[in-house]
Amino acid sequence: MSSPERSADRAATLRDGIGLGVAVGLYGAAFGAAADAAGLNLWQAMSLSALMFTGASQFALVGVLGAGGGALAAVGSALLLGTRNTVYGVRLVPLLRPTGIRRPGLAHWVIDETTAMSLAAPNRALGRLAFLVTGASIYLMWNAMTAVGALGAAALGGTARAALDAVVPAAFLALLWPRLRRSFPEAAVQRRVALGGAVVALALTPFVPAGVQVIAAVVAVALAGRPRATERPTAAEEMA
Amino acid sequence: MSGTVLWATVLGGSLGCYLLKLAGLSVPAAWVEQPWVARVVDFVPAALLGALVAVQAATTGQQLVLDGRLVGLAVAALALALRAPFIVVLLLAGAAGALVHVLA
Repeated sequence: MSSPERSADRAATLRDGIGLGVAVGLYGAAFGAAADAAGLNLWQAMSLSALMFTGASQFALVGVLGAGGGALAAVGSALLLGTRNTVYGVRLVPLLRPTGIRRPGLAHWVIDETTAMSLAAPNRALGRLAFLVTGASIYLMWNAMTAVGALGAAALGGTARAALDAVVPAAFLALLWPRLRRSFPEAAVQRRVALGGAVVALALTPFVPAGVQVIAAVVAVALAGRPRATERPTAAEEMA
Repeated sequence: MSGTVLWATVLGGSLGCYLLKLAGLSVPAAWVEQPWVARVVDFVPAALLGALVAVQAATTGQQLVLDGRLVGLAVAALALALRAPFIVVLLLAGAAGALVHVLA
């Protein structure tokens, strides 16, 4: 039995989830291009999108490799950024109630966007639906557009390569930007930490092997200070 | 970096990131929801992304380098501040980088 109101809610959830997938797909193309610029081949870029499937970690891994960094620095920075998803998983357990064989399947889609959409839903059923629709839509678009970006970038030459070199840092900035906006919880502290990370990385660049400065920049988290007693932000606020 | 090492990096990093996701759905909430853990996790992305922006825009290997990438970054920051859509931000940054490449 479904009242008109409930089917309207379901339709809105479907629409928002699919819409978000299309928007995030653009980042997938940027990731494919960044992976190509870092020296990964098409299959390596596509494997990251299919198997790692968490944007910031993927960008970090190819970013460190592109800067000439080693495997450990690249994997380390991806894992540091991946810790977010552990926290998201904990918040999603009451909603998804994952059991048995479904747990490992659901885990793969625990990312910023699916968490935000599920936790913002008005009830548990819609939260589950939002998780699945957003997850499926982003997974499809992210992987398809990774291929488009990697193939597109591989076809570039000369001046277009210089353009791509300038696009990669801009893509990182766009990834960081929402955290710096005034509407983000503790935006001023986020800005201080981001600036601190940038300064530490640049200061260390001449002295450490390439890529290590990115991991070392995690010490800038100390600039955030002690935990506050206030309520933690919701995931929806975090990705606003 | 050899193809084998590159593949190991891709697959090892993917496995690690997957296990971090799976851990969230598997471990007791109390392990993760400690104030200082939450504090660090909340701010790790800002520190690392800040570092990556700087390294991508202003370094080559172990050297600090000023070139079209930094100009592209400045243009991107301006576009983001004006709330331009993502695709517009990237196109403007790319155009600025290409322009510097042609002029320099």
